[in-house]
Amino acid sequence: MSILVNSETRMLVQGFTGRNGTLHSEQMMEYGTNIVGGVTPGKGGTRHLDRPVFNDVASAREETRANASIIYVPARFAGAAVIEAAEAGIPFIVCITEGTPTLDMIRAKDAVRANGARLLGANCPGIITPGECKAGIMPGFIHRPGSVGVVSRSGTLTYEAVHQTTQIGLGQSTCIGIGGDPIIGTTFLDVLKLFNEDPATESIVMVGEIGGTAEEEAADYIASEVNKPVVGFIAGTTAPPGRRMGHAGAIVSGGKGTAEDKIAALERAGARVADSPAGIGSTLSELISAKN
Amino acid sequence: MKIHEYQAKQLLARHQIPVPAGRMARDVDEALAVAEELGSGPWVVKAQIHAGGRGKGGGVRVTSTMEECEAAIRSILGMQLVTHQTGPEGQEVRTLLIEEGCDIAREIYCGMVIDRAREKPVLMASAEGGMDIEEVAAKRPEAIFFEEIDLDAGLSEDAARSVAQRLDFEGKTADQFVDIVCKLARAFVEEDCSLAEINPMVVTGSGDVIALDAKIDFDDNANFRHPEHAQLRDLAEEDPRETRAAEWDLSYVGMDGTIGCMVNGAGLAMATMDIIKLHGGEPANFLDVGGTATAERVTEAFKIILEDPNVKAILVNIFGGIIRCDLIAEGIVQAARETNLQVPLVVRLEGNSVAEGHALLESSGVDVISAADLADAARKAVAAAEGVSR
Repeated sequence: MSILVNSETRMLVQGFTGRNGTLHSEQMMEYGTNIVGGVTPGKGGTRHLDRPVFNDVASAREETRANASIIYVPARFAGAAVIEAAEAGIPFIVCITEGTPTLDMIRAKDAVRANGARLLGANCPGIITPGECKAGIMPGFIHRPGSVGVVSRSGTLTYEAVHQTTQIGLGQSTCIGIGGDPIIGTTFLDVLKLFNEDPATESIVMVGEIGGTAEEEAADYIASEVNKPVVGFIAGTTAPPGRRMGHAGAIVSGGKGTAEDKIAALERAGARVADSPAGIGSTLSELISAKN
Repeated sequence: MKIHEYQAKQLLARHQIPVPAGRMARDVDEALAVAEELGSGPWVVKAQIHAGGRGKGGGVRVTSTMEECEAAIRSILGMQLVTHQTGPEGQEVRTLLIEEGCDIAREIYCGMVIDRAREKPVLMASAEGGMDIEEVAAKRPEAIFFEEIDLDAGLSEDAARSVAQRLDFEGKTADQFVDIVCKLARAFVEEDCSLAEINPMVVTGSGDVIALDAKIDFDDNANFRHPEHAQLRDLAEEDPRETRAAEWDLSYVGMDGTIGCMVNGAGLAMATMDIIKLHGGEPANFLDVGGTATAERVTEAFKIILEDPNVKAILVNIFGGIIRCDLIAEGIVQAARETNLQVPLVVRLEGNSVAEGHALLESSGVDVISAADLADAARKAVAAAEGVSR
């Protein structure tokens, strides 16, 4: 088992024929992801990477019976691409694109909600169920099928956490990067609920960062509902207040969103928080052997 | 993107929100001419810097005679204004706003932000004008009234009216308040703001409502929709290293420490700063080189890091996902040569083609301290920085 994507996932790629879309579609296919087609307006009827290209998501879905879509279009079109996928009835939409205006994301999320779909991202590395389906830009080779559910707001820091869980021999059930923007589709809380209910996920690694209060909300859920071991790490202890640290969402404002508050909330909830980004794997090992 | 108060007020005026009469000035003569134009006083002389807390720092003066006004202009213009947001070195005042004084009967707080939890822009209003909203939120959260703003319909008149009531506004004051917040909500959406704050919003002795101060930030991601916002940018207010970094699509934030960092990915870049601190060192900067770390961009990143005279060592931390570590290694070697690197360089590579990357660094002849993992990298960088400073 796993969450959200697996060997049954039939993936559509929006922005299929662009530079990023092509590069990552090739890598996803190489990993074994079942890409059933792509969408690029104006190129419908042609073929790309030996897959059919469509002008719009609705016709692509009809022809291919796709049940997921991944978006690589430029930032100014990303919000509209999400809305198009949601309105075409795609149940699971992953938006990789970085730099989408906040108001566009608000509109996109409204459309996702109205159509009963789920959005992951934007500005995220995507999702991978090792050995089954890679929907994103993460390096496939660092993952191993296994028992740890990994969820993170970051890209390369997620790879760091994943790499460490591979090194301690546990592997991953599913790894999800939820993205670093202020408004995102799937939150820590959403993913924790899914991991908590997934029998293949035996422990959880949650990598957060400064800004917002999503980690605190996740902590409340961990305290009341999660019995699986949870290891956390929060990036940004040293970040100066009021400064945006790369991610648009990573900013401490008015004393809210500090790393200290998030670490305290997770520890109160019974999670073990690694004090070093190099100690995520070893902290998980300790926690699991302490529980056994 | 941040803009000055005078620019924010011009934007409000364009959206038919009343602001005090006044104009900006960049030198004493110009400032005096503005004061003359405004009539017989009183005048308010306001330092225009991007940081908040200007009043407490001595950057705002109310004057009632032309002599006082001139004295205020001469003392504020060119001063190094220190506020809780500028850091101890302060920010030089290059621009003034000269305004006519205002007869203040009441001050309230009015602001709009994106509420992450509600996933909507919201109006926040409080009877406690002039105070930091963060302070009110911490001490008396019940004193802040919230109303959601719809992206298409804006702020509903009913919602605005209910806030006016809760603020005890009546008659024409209530009408004007409703009109102003509805227009501000429209401006917030039309201009792609991330913050629009009128603090204080003032009720005059005659019951009129006016925006006495204004602060507006734009969502940088929406700049493509607003080419006219580009001219509002004041580069003098920004760290020149950050500006140059942005031109190369590098994300840089300067700090006070001695270990320069170059990392791919924002989360990993923050975590790298944290682990330096955990091992007893201090990071000199945040620098996210992004996903396409070409030799050219790595070189530029090294140059920006090395412009900081406090840097005693550089730590490069790359987790090669899609990008190959050997290509990164090539970039590092070229950058080290081109910048004639004199400080110790610690490199941690992991991921795609990592063995080839290490081999390339070792055979390059460039003096590189290789690190086995993230903790090892931090330890070595801290030791190297201390070695130099001793």
